[in-house]
Amino acid sequence: MATATILPAPRLMTRIRLKAPILVILSVIWIIGMVLTAIFADLLRPYDITRMDLVARLAPMGTPGHWLGTDELGRDVLSRLLQSIRVSLVIAFGATILSALFGTTLGFLAAQFRGWVEHLVMTLADFQAALPFMIMSLAVLAFFGSSMILLVCLMGFYGWERYARIARGLAIAASAQGYAAAVVQLGATPRHVYIRHILPNVASTLIVSMTLTFPEVILMESGLSFLGLGVQPPQTSLGNMVGFGREYLTRAPWIMLAPSLVIVLTTLSISLLGDWLRDRLDPTIR
Amino acid sequence: MTAGARPACGSTVPGNLLLPEVHMLRFILAKLSRAALTILLVMTFAFVVLRLSGDPAQILLGPDAPQDAVEAFRARWGLDDPIWQQYLAYLKQILSFDFGVSMRDQSPAIDLVLERLPATLALTVPALMLKLAIGIPAGVYAALHRQSVADRGVIMLSIFGFTIPSFVLGLVLVLIFAVKLDWLPSGGQASWRHAILPIATMSIGGIGILARFSRSAMIEVLGQPYIRTAMAKGLPWRDVVWRHALPNAAVPIVTLIGFMVGALIAGAVVVESIFSWPGIGRLIVVSVANRDLAVVQCLLLVIAASMVVANLLVDFAYGLLDPRLRAKSPAH
Repeated sequence: MATATILPAPRLMTRIRLKAPILVILSVIWIIGMVLTAIFADLLRPYDITRMDLVARLAPMGTPGHWLGTDELGRDVLSRLLQSIRVSLVIAFGATILSALFGTTLGFLAAQFRGWVEHLVMTLADFQAALPFMIMSLAVLAFFGSSMILLVCLMGFYGWERYARIARGLAIAASAQGYAAAVVQLGATPRHVYIRHILPNVASTLIVSMTLTFPEVILMESGLSFLGLGVQPPQTSLGNMVGFGREYLTRAPWIMLAPSLVIVLTTLSISLLGDWLRDRLDPTIR
Repeated sequence: MTAGARPACGSTVPGNLLLPEVHMLRFILAKLSRAALTILLVMTFAFVVLRLSGDPAQILLGPDAPQDAVEAFRARWGLDDPIWQQYLAYLKQILSFDFGVSMRDQSPAIDLVLERLPATLALTVPALMLKLAIGIPAGVYAALHRQSVADRGVIMLSIFGFTIPSFVLGLVLVLIFAVKLDWLPSGGQASWRHAILPIATMSIGGIGILARFSRSAMIEVLGQPYIRTAMAKGLPWRDVVWRHALPNAAVPIVTLIGFMVGALIAGAVVVESIFSWPGIGRLIVVSVANRDLAVVQCLLLVIAASMVVANLLVDFAYGLLDPRLRAKSPAH
């Protein structure tokens, strides 16, 4: 039993160690940078995000003390950018985890019980895929009022249907294989079989879907915040900064350019890494 | 989907002996009932979320409104009835094509939506046409000329399409073409020149995505044995591409186009906001901010209905493109 869970790990590592292209290495470096920024944002930022320097309003990039300039209230763009990275990454990370958990659980339930449970899960998945998520979340957010927890939960619904479909398909396939039947014969509960035996074997495919969903969640959250319906002031997020920077596009384009660049580079890095991981790890596309 | 797969189960299924027309009818009916179910689910979703989330009387009249004004308002809009009565009344209204009146200016919600629809179509239809007219040929060309400059260009553009959000792209285009170069207006709807930047914003990413997708669909098809057969029997390359490769690559591409319709509507929300374009995307943001329930519900339904119609068209297009999905004849 122990070998079943331990064996895939070294194989996974050797597959990853096969040479990575330079772009993927750069992406990983950027992602690590962003994660460190998110963790240490409090230590890194030179000013408080709401501290106003009214003398230095709309200071351009390169101003001593405000290297990325200041906004219309004289708040330091660099400090706000660091905090925004933290907020956006936390939301995207929380939402991706939620969505993966929710979708995988439903997918496993569908695979275990089949029948009407499976039918219900698949109908809901079709329904979710049939509608623009943006429009649905717009309605929910504006009517319930935006809060950080609601935003994470709402984004947590984004893409769950993909995990559900993948988890269901893989679990059905795995149940037909010897190892699952063997542990069932040994008296394992369904829960034990799914969590300890099937999950580790389908994890790589699920992780690849997570890396592909993550940038979409960042884009979704920043889109909503851009429209003024996501993260609310005084808190800030990347989309939020772009949204407010838009008002000063002619006079102070740097307010909007810095967070835009971070969004693009982050989603680009994760997509590149995800594509590469998929080619390396996903057995279904071989 | 299920109905399409069923006749393939084997000769034991009595349906296999039915006439092809009956199969087709059954396929269409299954698709239509699924579409109706989706719309009902959307209506329920809209109703539950929008009605339970707050008190529209308080919001529209303000916190200082006198109590009798609030009561009168609630009675007028039926907000005091039990929720299931409101729901049934709502369904009945919808079935008689009455979508309620806007709580702001008392005009019918459907009128407000229909009034804005042409402006949105003026952006989304050209954007979709551009995506198809540039994206598919570019992808096919890239697939036929792999490792060329054009091929690399398609891959680059598709990466941009996936990673640059439309609000960033729109603002950068404004910054370049409206602010720096002063060639095009940055917002409004006064002339056709006002539509150039919004349409460009909506289509650039999609062109890349569609090109990349067409490229991989085409590459996959070109590797199939029947292409080798067609070439082996001496068909000119042109005929191989046009008669054998393209029709087969069309099936996955059509699927993606179905998804793109939804993305276009979601894109319209952001793009119309950036360019102050008075379409339904703007309307939904404003109505949601004002909590104008009737208009939001109407918009949700119109958008859901257009997506469901798009998906139906895709399903029927499959039937035309892929003979295997078409009703099986008794010979099978």
